[in-house]
Amino acid sequence: MFGSLTNFEGSLFDDLRRMQQDMEEMFGQGTWPAGIRSVARGTYPPINIGSTGESVEVYLFAAGLDPKTLDISIQQNLLTVAGERKVEVPENVEYYRRERFSGSFRRVISLPEDVDPDKVEARYTDGILRILVQRREASRPRQIEVQ
Amino acid sequence: MNEKTDMKTRESTEMQEGRASVQTIRPLVNIFEDAEGITLQADMPGVSKDRLQLRVDKDQLLVEGDVQFSMPEGMEALYADVRTTRYGRSFSLSRELETESIDASLKDGVLTLRIPKRAEVRPRKIEVRVD
Repeated sequence: MFGSLTNFEGSLFDDLRRMQQDMEEMFGQGTWPAGIRSVARGTYPPINIGSTGESVEVYLFAAGLDPKTLDISIQQNLLTVAGERKVEVPENVEYYRRERFSGSFRRVISLPEDVDPDKVEARYTDGILRILVQRREASRPRQIEVQ
Repeated sequence: MNEKTDMKTRESTEMQEGRASVQTIRPLVNIFEDAEGITLQADMPGVSKDRLQLRVDKDQLLVEGDVQFSMPEGMEALYADVRTTRYGRSFSLSRELETESIDASLKDGVLTLRIPKRAEVRPRKIEVRVD
């Protein structure tokens, strides 16, 4: 009834906030059983994995990478991402903090069984590597029409 | 870490406690000093230039940013190391730093700040004349 008074939906700010809330709700609460290939928290780079009916998406939070050093491969449902991040170390300076990861890394990620290893795309934007793997057609949810 | 370190880059924990209700990620940083100033590099993947906030409040330097990435409709989480979308970390600066002329750049989620020292505190080389 009074909905319109407090309805600020549609503003750009709200859209962004809502999107962030969705994301935090989605990624923020889950507890997952530790996979056999899971690694300790704090391992570089951190990853998030999300899934829809059509695809599985892997996000690697890897700032400052040269995409050319990345080696992404998939064998059945095992996705391997390897790369190297070189953090330049200037000479003749005094270091106070050195927390940023430097060196090579490799992460092996088990995806759901029904992904299609022939349909993989990867994109690197603002320090996030997003890998999109399509699910096999046969396993996608299908609408069944009643005759 | 020596005493000097503490003076220059001590983090203010009050800030973080003050915002305890909002979960934030502490970006990992490298901080180093040369004769002309201090350089701070921070990993903030997912933050674009327009979602980055830098503030200097008295002697506090605040680095904040929001993660934004495109996510398809109706996605469910299978696994997550990153569980919030906000970065935040603060540092206390010392007086000999020229906070009015901090230079900032952001590339592929890495923020680089260059904080120059005031001219009068930069080390000067003293020439020895030979008569």
